[in-house]
Amino acid sequence: MNAAATPFVESMQAAAVSGLPGSGVAWLDEARHAALRAFVERGLPDTRNELWKYTALRALQQRAYAPRDDEVASRGVADDLLRLDGCDGPRAVFVNGVFRGDLSRLDELAGSITLQPLSHALQHRPEPLRFLLGARADEDEDGFTLLNRALAADGLVVRVADGARISQPLHVVHVGTNAGSAVAWHLRDLIELGDGASLAVIEHHVGDDTSGHLANIVRTITLRAHARLGWTIVQRASEDATLLRHTDCVLHDNAELDFHALELGGKLSRHELRVDLAGDRARFASRGAFVLDGRQHCDTEVLVTHRGRDTVSDSLWRGVASDRARGVVHGRILVQPGADGSDGSFYNKNLLLSPTAEIDTRPALEIYADEVKANHGATVGQLDDNVLFYLRSRGIPLDTARRMLVRAFCAVTLDGIRPAPLRGFCETLLAEQLPEAEA
Amino acid sequence: MLKIENLHARVAGKEILKGLSLEAKPGEVHAIMGPNGAGKSTLGNVIAGRAGYEVTQGSVTFDGNDLLAMEPEARAAAGVFLAFQYPVEIPGVNNTYFLRAALNAQRKARGETELDSMQFLKLVRERVKEMGMTPELLNRAVNQGFSGGEKKRNEVFQMAVLEPRLAILDETDSGLDIDALKQVAEGVNRLRSPERSSLVITHYQRLLDYIVPDFVHVLADGRIVESGDATLAKELEAHGYAWVRDRTPREAHA
Repeated sequence: MNAAATPFVESMQAAAVSGLPGSGVAWLDEARHAALRAFVERGLPDTRNELWKYTALRALQQRAYAPRDDEVASRGVADDLLRLDGCDGPRAVFVNGVFRGDLSRLDELAGSITLQPLSHALQHRPEPLRFLLGARADEDEDGFTLLNRALAADGLVVRVADGARISQPLHVVHVGTNAGSAVAWHLRDLIELGDGASLAVIEHHVGDDTSGHLANIVRTITLRAHARLGWTIVQRASEDATLLRHTDCVLHDNAELDFHALELGGKLSRHELRVDLAGDRARFASRGAFVLDGRQHCDTEVLVTHRGRDTVSDSLWRGVASDRARGVVHGRILVQPGADGSDGSFYNKNLLLSPTAEIDTRPALEIYADEVKANHGATVGQLDDNVLFYLRSRGIPLDTARRMLVRAFCAVTLDGIRPAPLRGFCETLLAEQLPEAEA
Repeated sequence: MLKIENLHARVAGKEILKGLSLEAKPGEVHAIMGPNGAGKSTLGNVIAGRAGYEVTQGSVTFDGNDLLAMEPEARAAAGVFLAFQYPVEIPGVNNTYFLRAALNAQRKARGETELDSMQFLKLVRERVKEMGMTPELLNRAVNQGFSGGEKKRNEVFQMAVLEPRLAILDETDSGLDIDALKQVAEGVNRLRSPERSSLVITHYQRLLDYIVPDFVHVLADGRIVESGDATLAKELEAHGYAWVRDRTPREAHA
């Protein structure tokens, strides 16, 4: 049975699998066609799906997207969109979903790291990616990951050799720029760190237009034993953008993932971050904040599975919504049988700055092992009038006082961001994000 | 400078101030004493502009301007400072950052140039020394994890940096040991000048040994029932507030 033939579904069907990088490779064609058929059957996730409960896609269903930006190779991009404080090393740039070597700076990469755009890999040597892209979709995959399987045309394939410690952060920029019409792109990333390897990735989403593109990014991150990945997302997509991200991370013995996110942009943004602490003593820490205005909708799903023994997860999120914005936070900690000695925590505090804003937060624990420590907590509140009055009584205007308090509220999630200039920049962004005045 | 006439104010529908009048001229220190529930803190909060206090009658002017029509931040910029009875903790906001933001916001509102970080740091270092503040407290979040005494001292320290023209100290002495009390008093005395005035709200006479007021007013049941010089405070200490009530004309607490 096919799902409803909405404008969205029809535009995705019309995108067609032929003409994508790697087309003609039999196993890839087959996998892509199968995924597209599955998408047409399944359609977009609806709110009966537990992970999409608070993110309705009715408006998106009515939108149609162009399958590509035909002039993407020649689009100019303002230099300031490509810059980020504290990031002056290697850089990989995607414009409207297409890798742009001319804007990237990959010659500065250390020899022990290999980075290729997925489009190149598929054209030249697709076989090493067969394990990933030729695999069958899982039964419970949602429409967006199926679409990604069917239509992913680019992305990043990054491998860091065993023992290689890369000191300079890798700056990845996703730019949405005017293409005359709204374009949908699907990116597939594969990041693998070898035994004892370490890397920092700083991912920056920016946009300079209001044409309302859709980005659908799926990633697989594998951290071998003792590998360490620091990963920071600064999301400033343009105000009409739709940004869907699905990340699967697997951490082997003693591997560490240190994740930061600052979600500020986009009309509809969602990140489903799945972390599998498969190896013993694997550790995951996440710190994130979203600050929303207007009618923005931001959905963060952090789904942690403790599988190895003595694994640790520790998440701290802050949400702020004003006007008619809506935030969704779902933090789930699942401790599998045998994952004894696990220690998991998920805390989320939120601030509503207007009576019409809404934040839905659900922390959840599922524990099937012994001698486990697990904590969670979530609150939704407002700025404290006593504190506001205290600041105002010292001469600080109401607007400034509110900004100061929101900034302080979120600061705990930015403290660990490195390098320091990037943290400073994030603090500035946070302050600027707040609306001018609201009663 | 400060002129309060026939002030009536309600909190949560209950009338607390019932016709209070008081005038403070430049250079004067006025002590407001009285039993619990007399309306002492309400007076401070109404002057500073805290929400939830409804003025139903009367007026409060500062330099001839209607203070009650001004936002709290405008009152601060005009020179009004309230040292809180219960200073609030502000996690994540650095004490120095907060104080510089406050001082510069006031200067900006008054059309003065803002201080850059070097100028501000110099000022703060001087005041820290004068106040005997622990410099480490400056780098902490505002009042977070401060002891009761440290919070009160931080109020007076803020006052020393902001140099208000009208300082209202709302039971700043409560919960202080004798050393802290002396330091707080020194901070207030240092600000005494022919251009400034203070309202020292207190339950006990003790603080007034160190801040000798020009006038003492006894507040009972929402209005001033007795005024005098510093010796009035000693009388109160000796006889208790019942003594004032007994001396008050019957209609005053009818």
